[in-house]
Amino acid sequence: MTELKLVPQNTANGPVAAAVLACGFGCFALGALAVAADGSKRLATALNFYNPTGPLSGVATVAIALWLVCWALLAARWRNKSLAFAKVSALAFLFLALGLLLTFPPFGDLVLGR
Amino acid sequence: MELTQRELVTMIHGMLFGGFFLLALFGTFVLLLDQSNPDAASAQPAPRWQTIYLIAMVALGWAAVLSGATIIYPWYRAVAPAGADLALYPKYLLTAHPSTAGWHNFGMEWKEYVAWIAPMAGTMVAWVLLKHRAAWNAHRAVRTIVLGFAAVAFLAAAIAGGWGAMINKRAPAEGGQSIQLMGSAR
Repeated sequence: MTELKLVPQNTANGPVAAAVLACGFGCFALGALAVAADGSKRLATALNFYNPTGPLSGVATVAIALWLVCWALLAARWRNKSLAFAKVSALAFLFLALGLLLTFPPFGDLVLGR
Repeated sequence: MELTQRELVTMIHGMLFGGFFLLALFGTFVLLLDQSNPDAASAQPAPRWQTIYLIAMVALGWAAVLSGATIIYPWYRAVAPAGADLALYPKYLLTAHPSTAGWHNFGMEWKEYVAWIAPMAGTMVAWVLLKHRAAWNAHRAVRTIVLGFAAVAFLAAAIAGGWGAMINKRAPAEGGQSIQLMGSAR
């Protein structure tokens, strides 16, 4: 007979909310930094962490760092909580959609007024 | 039959890491749809094969973007010295003519950033499936948003992969040592 492996069931949605919101925020940060670096030579120079790759190296590194830090902070704060998940989802998806849109060059140019 | 070193590395980046990541993301999306009506059996921890599959999916995604950004992209954007053969400098080859400049100004400019969204979202999706199966089963809203992120990850990977393939067809990364794959045909 097959044995069922029982594990403690933590149905609190806080940790998932933290992961989803942090991911959306990280994607938004990526798009926002990409547009900002495109519009500012000073920022592009500051984000040039690895010269052969150019400002892309800094944009990706900072966005990933923001994503992971945000994830760790929210996960610690919401560890055993159940949140109004619809609101968190809406905000996370808005961040994600904006991030996706900001990577689209014509939209970035529009934001920069070109 | 031979390849240059840069052609081989570009193939590994695009066809091995990127191609399999795209396939794995699609598979993950199907897996999520299959588990979007949870029952008692699916409340169990993820089976071992799913754990391996999801970790491989995430690893492929990060391998694709990291190899692209740190190895292929520097070859692509290297500054061409005056009088150089532009075939070795893809960005300059494309931007030298108005008829091909769009492949860089639109295609590469989009691809180089949108690509990162795919492994970020893919990592989050895998983590929820592996670590928070109970919350996945208990909340419909969790399932909906995770499916949404998986769909956007697939879209981002498809955009990046599609542009990469087209740009590489127009201005391939050439150069480096030649690698003999097979003896020459007589």
